[in-house]
Amino acid sequence: MIELIVAARCTGCNVCVKVCPTDVFDVSDNGPPRIARPSACQTCFMCELYCDADALYVGPDCAASGAVEEQALLAQGALGRYRRDSGWGAWSSDPDHSNEHWRMELVFALARALDSADTPPR
Amino acid sequence: MERDALIYEADVLVIGGGLAGTWAAVAAARAGATVILAEKGYCGTSGVTASAGPGHWWVPPGKRAEAVAARNARAFGLADTSWMARIVETTWESIPRLAGYYRFSLDDGGAPRHRALRGPEYMRAMRRYAEDSGVAILDQSPALELLRHADGSVAGAAGYARQRRRPWQVRAAAVVLASGGCAFASHLLGSRTNTGDGLLMAAEAGARLSGMEFTSYYTVAPAWSSMTRSMSFAFARYFDAAGRELPIPPGQDATRTLARALLDGPVFATLERMPAEIRAVLSRISPNFLLAFDRAGVDPFTQRFEIALRGEGTVRGIGGLRIADRACQTDVPGLFAAGDAATRELIAGATSGGGAQNSSWALSSGQWAGEGAAQRARMLGRRANRRVERIGGAGLRSGAARAASEQETAALIDLIRDENLAYDKNLFRSEEKLTRSLAKLDGAWSEIRSRSAPSGAASLRLREIAAMLAASRWSGRAALARGESRGMHQRTDRPATEPALAHRLIASGLDRVEIAADVAPQTKVA
Repeated sequence: MIELIVAARCTGCNVCVKVCPTDVFDVSDNGPPRIARPSACQTCFMCELYCDADALYVGPDCAASGAVEEQALLAQGALGRYRRDSGWGAWSSDPDHSNEHWRMELVFALARALDSADTPPR
Repeated sequence: MERDALIYEADVLVIGGGLAGTWAAVAAARAGATVILAEKGYCGTSGVTASAGPGHWWVPPGKRAEAVAARNARAFGLADTSWMARIVETTWESIPRLAGYYRFSLDDGGAPRHRALRGPEYMRAMRRYAEDSGVAILDQSPALELLRHADGSVAGAAGYARQRRRPWQVRAAAVVLASGGCAFASHLLGSRTNTGDGLLMAAEAGARLSGMEFTSYYTVAPAWSSMTRSMSFAFARYFDAAGRELPIPPGQDATRTLARALLDGPVFATLERMPAEIRAVLSRISPNFLLAFDRAGVDPFTQRFEIALRGEGTVRGIGGLRIADRACQTDVPGLFAAGDAATRELIAGATSGGGAQNSSWALSSGQWAGEGAAQRARMLGRRANRRVERIGGAGLRSGAARAASEQETAALIDLIRDENLAYDKNLFRSEEKLTRSLAKLDGAWSEIRSRSAPSGAASLRLREIAAMLAASRWSGRAALARGESRGMHQRTDRPATEPALAHRLIASGLDRVEIAADVAPQTKVA
């Protein structure tokens, strides 16, 4: 679930408010948006993808909020990983983060081949 | 205090901005209609496509008859090959039109790969495509009810713009419902807004549903996660709490075997069988999958993690609004259905259309519905000055109404989850279990009928609950009426597939649900 907006990184663009499919955030008069309805979060990570400032952190647990340490997360480089791995923004021409989604078919074919190799003939 | 309503007028109103809704809006605009698209969340991130990675039913011309025949053989007699052929053809023609909006990966020969697209990029592309086509998008604007002419045809919809805190109303010559399936508040990735709202609204207008008994598709995920990206689990090994490996048969029986084990106790998985060359590129294939593990501090390739099965309701289930003609009009004039809001029996029968068929259906049914709606607008005009009626009921306006407390709301959602998603009730069905569930769901329906929200924001969640309850009751009654096992619908008390039941079941009604055999000739497309 949504855990954190890092105030020092947030530019106040409110794009997270706009794009959240479940309306978790509210615009605030001064400073970063507020996490107004955390229980509405569906842990889809979309807000992170659209945040050019990498100011948001969504925790892995879809049913409960966990304790997070902002400084530790920043030190780990945890923020912005989804956007980087998706090849968005500054990463869009980085071959290490190219969109290779098409390989899914090959992956499934490989899994099927492994399965049939594992299954003894009847 | 609520501010004044936002009032709009268009030829076509599309409700829902996911895969089907955006394709519908584009097609309606291409056919010359002015189009408004109202999305509950944000068109581009909302719905189950945006956080997933849809493949399509992408078959080159020479191989289509064979592909359709193979798929029809797994449809348990409820599909229609003419509709299957139709979506294969439409998919092939349509996806290349996204060039300029979606950066297709190229194969070794430099040709674009069109079959499988990444969700966030696909839906971002669809939003731009819709905007460039002239579609006006209302984000964060859930629809709450339909408007109806005196002749029974649909005249638009009304809802609530939740960030602007204003009610909205759109008068239109035709409405396309592309509001998605109903996931029954499951933790299926991206499905929280998929509460079956469109099914409820349509039923209030007199629409009927089909295939609602087929709601027992599940996807494996870590127990703490909504990350239902199942590809990597093709390499999983599963263990019980004592560390004994569980033998999991390939194919459809895998879910039922896992569910049986989960009913006995916790189940753990590792992805250790995944070959190194795939691990190395996994984040380039599905960037969100490893993100969830990384943040949980779990290395799925070496560590065992607890798993759960996430029920998909009618998302990768099958049921939805009954399709009455080749333009995907429902049984109600002026009301069209597309994507997961519509039944997918036509193309999938009694087996989930998840993986390829459903995406092709969304793309195709969306465009046919959009074109059909545009044509209706051209023929009849908007009739925007006629008197219309607001027809929303349950959860919106009731007789002796009082507001629901937060505890009541939470209890209703727990009940919806339990009766629709619990493995024992849904994967191993019986007359006894279904009857018991329906008694509880009928009670909850009566309760929601006696509640109403004062207005605006408070009505949104109550209306979602009413929609999930309505879908639950159609699903349960259809499952009871289908006294056999067929495809994903499995009854422990009726294990055989009965030739006499090789037809679709139509559900209708709200306070009183009726189930009827769809024995009329199938909706053929020439």
